[in-house]
Amino acid sequence: MSTVAATQQNRPLRLALRPVNLVLVAAAVFLLVGCLRSEIFAQQTVAGLAQGAVYGSLALALVLIYRATEVINFAQGELAMATTYIAFQLIEWGVPYWAAFFATLAIAFVLGTAIELLAIRPVQHKSVIAVVIVTVGLFVLIDGLVTWKWGGDIKFMPAPFGQEVYHWGGVAISRQDIGTLILCVVTVLGLWVLFRFTKLGLGMRAAALRPAASALVGVRVDRMLAIGWGLAAVLGAVAGLMTEANQFILQPSLMQAVLLYAFAAAVLGGLESPAGAVVGGLLLGVFLNLVGQYVHFVTAQLRLPFAFAVLLAVLLVKPSGLFGKRTVRKV
Amino acid sequence: MTLRRLLPGLSASLAGAVVLALLPFALSEFHTALAAQVGIFFVAVLGLNILTGYSGQISIGHGAFMAIGGYTTAILSRDHHTNLVLTMLAAFAICFVFGLLLGLPALRLSGVYLALATFALAVSVPQVALKFDRFLGGSNGVQSRETVSHTWLYGASWTAAAVLFVVAWLLLRGRVGRAFRAIRDSEVAAVSAGIALPIYKTLAFGISAAYAGVAGSLFVMGTNGFAQPNEFDVVLSLQLLVGAAVAGLGSLWGIPVGAAFVALLPTISKDVPLLGSAHGQDVVFGLLVVLVMLLLPQGFAGFLRTLTRLRPRAGEGT
Repeated sequence: MSTVAATQQNRPLRLALRPVNLVLVAAAVFLLVGCLRSEIFAQQTVAGLAQGAVYGSLALALVLIYRATEVINFAQGELAMATTYIAFQLIEWGVPYWAAFFATLAIAFVLGTAIELLAIRPVQHKSVIAVVIVTVGLFVLIDGLVTWKWGGDIKFMPAPFGQEVYHWGGVAISRQDIGTLILCVVTVLGLWVLFRFTKLGLGMRAAALRPAASALVGVRVDRMLAIGWGLAAVLGAVAGLMTEANQFILQPSLMQAVLLYAFAAAVLGGLESPAGAVVGGLLLGVFLNLVGQYVHFVTAQLRLPFAFAVLLAVLLVKPSGLFGKRTVRKV
Repeated sequence: MTLRRLLPGLSASLAGAVVLALLPFALSEFHTALAAQVGIFFVAVLGLNILTGYSGQISIGHGAFMAIGGYTTAILSRDHHTNLVLTMLAAFAICFVFGLLLGLPALRLSGVYLALATFALAVSVPQVALKFDRFLGGSNGVQSRETVSHTWLYGASWTAAAVLFVVAWLLLRGRVGRAFRAIRDSEVAAVSAGIALPIYKTLAFGISAAYAGVAGSLFVMGTNGFAQPNEFDVVLSLQLLVGAAVAGLGSLWGIPVGAAFVALLPTISKDVPLLGSAHGQDVVFGLLVVLVMLLLPQGFAGFLRTLTRLRPRAGEGT
């Protein structure tokens, strides 16, 4: 396998991605044809896209942190859950939903930055495994804090998009699903604009890719990392709030399954690729919904193992995900 | 010369063995059970350390192997009335095979991708037990025919721990251990030195899984012979990883501390009156995990290394 030096770097990127793009186009065509032919299929596809958008948001948060810090943040889901509880508290105090929503995003940003400063930065350069363990510790800690403060019982929040269901022909699509989809897409696009067109985004990308070099040209690498954790927490908060809105109930285990799907989505797309995370999330959401509908062997219990079986299969064919670049080692 | 180098480790192990042998006479029933838990985690963390610390392959899925070992014990005991000690050997063998099988696809993966692939295993295995409920008992789990006393479990777990520790130590100081470490430090260099990468990498997975299997087998005996899916959830795998990190990767001497950390802390922190409710437990545990990693990023073994380095006469210790 791998081993010895390969110098086939610099292959044009577009060429390398072509099989993947073909698969994606094929998938899109398949979904489109399916939607036109069957109403249930269309219904499941739209619901799957909404769920996938949530997976994709959290997966994108994981990818942001992975690119900057080279660790998987196990606490990402719990942080999202905690920020959802903060929104819940704000609403309890009488703040309208959308005001609470945006206030929560701001709080999430501050929390994410604070975690990077207090818990991650001190171990960052000492050992990768130590950083991973710190995030595991944060997972338990945040979970404990939330349960201690708000208790483990189920809470309810108002539905952000209302309870309406639209009917087009025989296809029933809930307003909630459409709202989730749009909101997640807007968030991701906003992030893309930030990274692509602003100086801050440029600095963050530089700091993630070449920390030493970007420090030499005057990028404040530490600050960029902290902002990256903050943005990841914001994405997580969106995912958390939308998960709550889809499930109608809020409890401390809100994001645990979602985090696992987000892992799968991020790896599916390739951990270095933000676009891959989003596409991976959407694919996973739709795929799981369709499989759940049509393959009776895959019951609710097998949904998660099935997602991971797919993930394993993809990894065996493409060890660095659908959009990941092959790492080439030189001696 | 070699004897001089071995002396600190040998004397520490002997002293540890004597203390462990005398301990049950001094402990209450409850504390004996806790000490047995430490022994069980000792075996599992030792296995994980062989894989992650020595051969450099990370696994967040060792809870799955513990589950396989545990179910092996429970099912053998339920269906075939097998002696529990024999089921431990069976768990060792079966998990060794499963480990080799997982090691094969793991050859294609590395780093975070391997971590998440093994994590997938940890997530899936308990669900499989739920799906195939006729054989694996669903959420009620499988109950083994015999149950054991706390003292028996203590003796069994620490005997297993001692035997497996010696095996690991012999294995890791010889040719196999050198191959593992070479692979960990640089795969390219290891290959060019003539090490058969696929063989040693899968072997590391097999051995490590077998250790986890024995731990799982003991774990089930410790839960009154019940093998239940929710006992083997993702948290268990994460606990093992925390234990290995607290122990310090790539050294055997920190493992008792790592095992004690994950086995005892949840119970001890239950009594901390800090937050005034049952949920304080998680807060204390999480906080301590973060603090220990901030203070000792290389784990307890790293701490030991700094201590030995501080001693005036160099050239000894690790």
